Amino acid sequence: MSLEYDVCIVGSGAGGGAAAYALARAGVNVVLLEAGTVWNSAEHSAMLTWPYESPRRGSSTKERPFGEFDACIGGWQVAGEPYTTAPDTKFKWWRARMLGGRTNHWGRISLRFGPDDFRGKSRDGLGDDWPITYDDVRPYYDRLDRFVGLFGSRENLPNAPDGIFQPPPRPRCYELLVQKASKKLAVTCIPARLSILTRPLNGRPACHYCKQCNRGCRTNSNFSSPGVFIGPALTTGKLTSITNAMVREVPLDRAGRATGVRYVDKTDGLDKEIRARVVVLAASACETARLLLNSKSSSFPQGLANSSGTVGRYLTDTTGTDVQGFIPAMADHVTHNEDGVGGGHVYMPWWLDNAKLDFPRGYHIEVWGGMDVPSYGFMDGIENYPPGGGYGKQLKADYRKYYGATIGFSGRGEMIPNDGSYCEIDPEIVDRYGIPVLRFHWKWTDHEYKQVRHMQQTFRALIAEMGGQVFSSMPTADSGYGIATGGSIIHELGGARMGADPRRSVVDANCRAHDVRNLFVADGAPFVSQADKNPTWTIMALAWRTADYIADQLKKKAL
Amino acid sequence: MNRRDAVELLALAPLAAAFNWAPGEIRRAAWHTRRATQAPQLRFFTEHEWETVRVLVDLVIPRDERSGSATDAQVPEFMDFILAENEGMQTPMRGGLAWIDLQCRRRYQKTFVESTEAERRGVLDDIAWPARAKPEHSQGAAFFSSFRDLTSSGFWSSKMGVEDLRYIGNSTSSEWTGCSPEALAKLGVRYEDQ
Repeated sequence: MSLEYDVCIVGSGAGGGAAAYALARAGVNVVLLEAGTVWNSAEHSAMLTWPYESPRRGSSTKERPFGEFDACIGGWQVAGEPYTTAPDTKFKWWRARMLGGRTNHWGRISLRFGPDDFRGKSRDGLGDDWPITYDDVRPYYDRLDRFVGLFGSRENLPNAPDGIFQPPPRPRCYELLVQKASKKLAVTCIPARLSILTRPLNGRPACHYCKQCNRGCRTNSNFSSPGVFIGPALTTGKLTSITNAMVREVPLDRAGRATGVRYVDKTDGLDKEIRARVVVLAASACETARLLLNSKSSSFPQGLANSSGTVGRYLTDTTGTDVQGFIPAMADHVTHNEDGVGGGHVYMPWWLDNAKLDFPRGYHIEVWGGMDVPSYGFMDGIENYPPGGGYGKQLKADYRKYYGATIGFSGRGEMIPNDGSYCEIDPEIVDRYGIPVLRFHWKWTDHEYKQVRHMQQTFRALIAEMGGQVFSSMPTADSGYGIATGGSIIHELGGARMGADPRRSVVDANCRAHDVRNLFVADGAPFVSQADKNPTWTIMALAWRTADYIADQLKKKAL
Repeated sequence: MNRRDAVELLALAPLAAAFNWAPGEIRRAAWHTRRATQAPQLRFFTEHEWETVRVLVDLVIPRDERSGSATDAQVPEFMDFILAENEGMQTPMRGGLAWIDLQCRRRYQKTFVESTEAERRGVLDDIAWPARAKPEHSQGAAFFSSFRDLTSSGFWSSKMGVEDLRYIGNSTSSEWTGCSPEALAKLGVRYEDQ
């Protein structure tokens, strides 16, 4: 049996959700395939659950590595769906298997890429320029701001463009301390830009400040793909959503057009087919590359849309490292509700000039600390605080005294694509559905190591400025200055990058495959480069832009 | 009344007749009797380990003027569940408890549970401050740090612990007003718009 749709979208996360919404609103018949289960925050969120309501007290489970209340089903390993790494490669791949994917639990940090981020090579000779500019994407950032909503402040910074912001929440007490120290050290520290509503928008109520965005919001006051895109798209009557559909390949007809997709229905184990005039891959950067590489035919023996041989190449993740410190001034907390929104109320956009530094590109800093709901892991490592451990009444008093007296910084920076970082099909291993799996290769270069060293030095200086003590010593060169394992920041980008030259890229400026005119990519795979910003807002802006292009081409009968 | 309550009532029937207690009080008495005399259905700990853990957690977090002890907050029950669920934690816990017993046998020819309060403290004093623990106690110190962490998890995440900490949150508010003037004053910071 096969059904005919205008557009078949594979993946329901940030990109798939945005594309589905934009297309359904344009009157296009869309079918959306998701490899995981149904998820609806209003029904399934663990929001406001007390840890003591569970014997686990919020600790992790196999399917919820970030804690049992976290709204992401999946993790670093998915049962029956392995991936491999090349010898000497360390890489971690987080996959979600649920409607909305990783948007259900993400950090909601919603930063626009700036003009410079689309022209990296022109600036410093590294990587490549994008075939599009900030001005091409800007109208779609504006649409997201208006439809999805986010808070922030107008700052007129050169490469961190302002959006159409709702008012930001005031900083927490300790964040004021961070701002004070930042000012002393000339680090720019401004209100965060998060897609959490501080004012009602499009029928969604404003935030109620429980700090649990990662559990999924029962009132949809933050952005998740099901709550903001897929729900409204379904009400148009133009969208069909199919869950538990693990797409195996994209078949071609004799004319070289994609005919739709073949997928495994996880509910009955049967192979099924969807026919559509247009196919949009939004399965996540690596999963999209896998799908293309596994869709082999006589026309494309090395994988669909891969005449350039670059599918799976130019794979990047954000660089990252974290430092946490004990701040004595924060001991003996004055009792008040410190929750706020689910994320930092302040952050530091990249503030320095690379001409005076020994590494290219920049990073932004995320701020965390203070009090969390007491749960599993509460004040682990109390021996790091004065007086160095103990037991009994003294210890019990110390827990009270030092609860919430820490501040942490996470650096999130731009990696330059390199030839040693890519994914390919493992020649031997298949998943439980018989689909060949990905094998990862990963390499950091001095660009990233030096950047991360700078993060470490900056965070330690900030903590010292606040009179704090860092729990860990400065990591050495041998440990890569504390750089997080590739993939572990969960910002995989590239693998089907866009470009004007079909010999060096997979998709064109509209994210259409150079090789197949009715095949598009709408996730992180088309990114030419990272930025010192989280990618989600740009994934969604590009997906919306691609969806507009598809709708227009369908209307013109050009697809 | 469910079946379990009925069984408890029957078990206490002679006492009830003698003291003429009200049913509510009988149920409370039955609960205390059961708590004091019966270990729960253990999933990980042996009975001896269970007794050791019950003593140890209360040395880590005792009752004081603000809240109850770790056993009052059912930390041993919490630990048994977590250990049963996490295979990787099992050997370090089992071995650490054995390390403590071995120390007591060497020093006092008794198990930890059989030792006096002062003797128990003698062992803990050697391992509870890892930075100053002697090299021959390093494994004991490492075990105690992780045991203390797990006790902390169990106690402070309990209802009793959350109330003791005076944690205010995990709730909904119609607006976010930021910090109180007292909290700002303590940190020596202020809002720019104030």
